[in-house]
Amino acid sequence: MKDTDVSQLGPQAAYEAYLAAGRFMIQRAASTGEYVFWPKVTSPTGATDLEWVEAKGTGTVYAITVNRARSGAYNVALVELDEGVRMMSTLPGVETAEIGARVTARIEDTEEGPRVVFDLAGEDAA
Amino acid sequence: MSMDSMRGKSAIVGMATAGVGEAPGFSAMELLGQAAVKAVNEAGLKMQDIDGVFAATSSHAFPTMSVVEYLGLKPRFFDGTNVGGSSFEMHLLQATLALEAGLCDAALVCYGSNQRTAGGRLVSMSEPQWHETPYKPRHPITAYGLATSRHMAEFGTTREDLAEVALAARGWANLNPEAFARGPLSKDEVLSARMISDPLTKSDCCLVTDGAAACVLVRADRAKDLPGKPVYFMGAGGANYHRSIVAMPDLTTTAAAESGPRAMEMAGVSQKDIDVVMLYDAFTINTILFLEDLGFCPKGEGGRFVRDGRIAPGGELAVNTNGGGLSCVHPGMYGLFLIAEAVAQIRGEAGERQQDNCNIALCHGNGGTLSSQCTAILGSEAAL
Repeated sequence: MKDTDVSQLGPQAAYEAYLAAGRFMIQRAASTGEYVFWPKVTSPTGATDLEWVEAKGTGTVYAITVNRARSGAYNVALVELDEGVRMMSTLPGVETAEIGARVTARIEDTEEGPRVVFDLAGEDAA
Repeated sequence: MSMDSMRGKSAIVGMATAGVGEAPGFSAMELLGQAAVKAVNEAGLKMQDIDGVFAATSSHAFPTMSVVEYLGLKPRFFDGTNVGGSSFEMHLLQATLALEAGLCDAALVCYGSNQRTAGGRLVSMSEPQWHETPYKPRHPITAYGLATSRHMAEFGTTREDLAEVALAARGWANLNPEAFARGPLSKDEVLSARMISDPLTKSDCCLVTDGAAACVLVRADRAKDLPGKPVYFMGAGGANYHRSIVAMPDLTTTAAAESGPRAMEMAGVSQKDIDVVMLYDAFTINTILFLEDLGFCPKGEGGRFVRDGRIAPGGELAVNTNGGGLSCVHPGMYGLFLIAEAVAQIRGEAGERQQDNCNIALCHGNGGTLSSQCTAILGSEAAL
């Protein structure tokens, strides 16, 4: 996927196109430096000069729950990226994790398409 | 129009519920219709007198249109604002504005649901959020589980504290013949209930019931000429920052921290003046969050505040005296049932659970995933 193609897309489609190309991208406003997630056409302060930047891919578990369905359990987490924005995700490698645990992003392919998931990082992985 | 000029300008003159608990064989609109007919009769009005309609449901895309047709109304003013379970606290504010502006003379606020007998699951028209979908959240409980996890981590709130909320609700329900879940409940039973979304178990979740409610409001000067004891609108306020739990600025502080002060300022009251506190308890964490955000205890202290039966019958603060969404009724959108209990308490019609000299009640509605927060304050004539 070339950037010129993505530039023709709305923020949601662009995010998903980047993800399909194996890149975890988030938005940043050139004028204010604000990071934006989930992708939108404006920043919280109204800046519209949003550019796509590669996410650092590091963050912290802000909140976590384990959905215990009869078909099996999986966690749903809110991860605060080091850029300061929050996203919903999951930590597929563990049942659950401590709030405040450090995590690293990777792109996982699923039947429904690619998604950003997280693994415990550093000492939290031990 | 200044904010305080709305205080006491309208009054609830008719209030009714229908089908609370289980109402097999009735549709959502049939239950709503029963509640509306009862509320209008109680107000001493005819259905044709209703010229303002305020409605939100979980099953009608255009609720006011459906209500108008079903009841044979021809309203001059209508508003179907849907902010989930908090819609009806906002409708009280909107109805008061419309009455005061002369846009209508008799306002009907109504809701109906048959979600228990129709399928036994929470009915919702809520659309998935695309950035959440890959992670398969099961809303609303996933969102509330996330908020609870954060509250526990930041403030040391425990599952025992959550259990206190469920036990208090059951204690009140046991004093309310209309409550759906009655009977003994022990702390052990609550704590050993099936885990659904950590750290929330089945006992931390509201009921799934049927139920409808309706109320009629008129301008305060007209209320005096109608047969019932008027319950006055004293103030209301809303606050809303997010739709998806992902975008909630701080998972331990809801927008109730703004809606509450707005409503109290309009009403000219503070926490110590409030006799009955009705909080939208979709999950046990809600009660704790709203006690904090509405200023009944400091932020982070909600878990400790509810210990030792403080909000149970006989406790220091009368909270959710009908038994709440946890043990009385929760037909999808519960906000109007908060108002029904406040009206019953202020009129002195709450039977065994009646609070002495109840003149001022606070109703706090919650919509979405801790999203829309709307607070309304009702009072007796003596409170004006």
